[in-house]
Amino acid sequence: MIQKQDFHKLGPVLWEIPTSYRQDMRVPVRIIADDRLLEAALSDKSMLQAVNASTLPGLVSYIIVMPDVHQGYGFPIGGVAATRLPHGVISPGGIGYDINCGVRLLSSHISAKVAEPHLGDLANALYANCPSGVGVGGSLRLSIKQLDQICRQGAEWTLKNGYARQKDLERTEGGGRIEGANPAHVSPRAKQRGRPQLGTLGAGNHFIEVDVVEQVFHPEAAQAMGLEEGMLSLQIHCGSRGFGHQICSDYVRELQGAVKRYQIQLPDRELVCAPLDSPEGKRYLSAMTCAANYAFANRQVLVHHARRAFEQALAGKVSDWELHQVYDIAHNIGKIEEHVVDGEKVRVCVHRKGATRAFGPGFEELPDEYRDLGQPVLVPGSMATSSWVLLGTEGSMALSFGSTCHGAGRTMSRKRAKRMVRGDRLREEMESSGIHVRARSMPGLAEEAPQAYKDVDAVVEVVVRAGIAKKVARLRPLAVIKG
Amino acid sequence: MKGPYFEEVEHTADRALLVRGADLKELLHNAALGMLQLIGAIPRSGPSREREIEVQAPDRESLLVTWLEELLFAMETRGVTYTKFELQITGDTHLFAKVQEMPIMVITRHIKAVTYHDLEIEKTEDGLVTTVVFDV
Repeated sequence: MIQKQDFHKLGPVLWEIPTSYRQDMRVPVRIIADDRLLEAALSDKSMLQAVNASTLPGLVSYIIVMPDVHQGYGFPIGGVAATRLPHGVISPGGIGYDINCGVRLLSSHISAKVAEPHLGDLANALYANCPSGVGVGGSLRLSIKQLDQICRQGAEWTLKNGYARQKDLERTEGGGRIEGANPAHVSPRAKQRGRPQLGTLGAGNHFIEVDVVEQVFHPEAAQAMGLEEGMLSLQIHCGSRGFGHQICSDYVRELQGAVKRYQIQLPDRELVCAPLDSPEGKRYLSAMTCAANYAFANRQVLVHHARRAFEQALAGKVSDWELHQVYDIAHNIGKIEEHVVDGEKVRVCVHRKGATRAFGPGFEELPDEYRDLGQPVLVPGSMATSSWVLLGTEGSMALSFGSTCHGAGRTMSRKRAKRMVRGDRLREEMESSGIHVRARSMPGLAEEAPQAYKDVDAVVEVVVRAGIAKKVARLRPLAVIKG
Repeated sequence: MKGPYFEEVEHTADRALLVRGADLKELLHNAALGMLQLIGAIPRSGPSREREIEVQAPDRESLLVTWLEELLFAMETRGVTYTKFELQITGDTHLFAKVQEMPIMVITRHIKAVTYHDLEIEKTEDGLVTTVVFDV
């Protein structure tokens, strides 16, 4: 078991496990945490999983772990690992089954006070318009040809087909499309699962949430993002659905053989990987990109449904019910990026599993209005607590491969949460505190109880202290839709 | 055999099942039952349908993952659950199963995937034991 004395303290909120901790470590493991969050990280296997991940070939600098870390499978959730091109590896388990799980935020000019009497209707309309729940399909039935187009075009497909506005794409990571997708590397099973699920939320920790902008910390950035205190906003958290899950499963299975071929020794079979320049590595990267593009399109179609729900519930009751994209960002993904390592610019594959890209000011890909500010970062809390809008910084580029936290991070198992919390009581409590709840599964709601999560405000304080993000605004939930 | 055929064990974010079996056939059978219980799938009343499933994998841990994935895939794409399994194992790498399928009425929990995380089928005094972690 890893203990606090195994770490070297490198700064007020930065700790390191050196490679001397275990013989097979190729790079150190760092964690951004205060004492309390470090102790929370040591309460499960997350740091052991980070040490296991540090054995992957081709890693540069260190594995860096975010303060919202918790135990996952293979990699910890909240881990960032960069492998050097061309020979470093790519690991499907280091990206996760829900490829490009991410968050989208939309702003509005709807006063929460004016909308308050209609929030129940709005929650109902969102629940009715945005398909959610286990195995629930959407209103679209894609042909294989359309699915292949989405794999290559991502959110651009939704623009061509009437589900998006130009501004939505401009304010999406990578414009909602990553180059290099090849649908020929996606199995027929993944396509079968993906065809009926575009524009669906799914279940588990995925949600749609209506929030009020409670406090603005960075007026200039908030103004650029259209976030105004007292106004409604909308968050969508979901990913690539069964399409991505199947792609990851297929390649975790396939790469079991690749590690033997490339003589890669691993402490955990979930960490299977292949060199980025190997045929297996290239195939996985291009299939993963298909799922990432599917997820951008999925969240975009959900936005289309959400806009319809806002119109149904609020037209004629408020003067302007439009939703404007703030940003859309992935937190489970592998991206080919350029970073400075030991003073030298190198191309790396950044695995972010439960970590959000947080590029600083000057990043070319950002739309004009954000370029001098830095990239918006969206950090949802648990369903009854705050969520945060942050900005990427120069510090995140220097310290964490342009990454920061992705949420509150679980601290309690689902099994325990369900034992301690009853879904129907939780819903009553949330409703009585002014949060409208629409959920298909009461046990599912109980598993996502706020008690099962860390304090998102404490997580955000730490990333700000570490200099890997800046605060822009805090959001408070008013309505939660869950599968 | 000491202990139940399967039991859920603590995992911070996902779900984990400890599964026991006198041999590989029983272990795979019990893992399927455990996974169905985690999912909370309730069949619709009516006649069931027999279906055959064949799975091949390079080793027994992969056989376990591939078998459970096969069931998950059918559950999602055809909306079915299972009431009975009859398994035959050849070596440690081939599984032939006759299963009774029924349409799902209710499903409580989604399982995204069966993982290989720390997956090892170990021998004990009275059979085999393993822990399977599911991404949920």
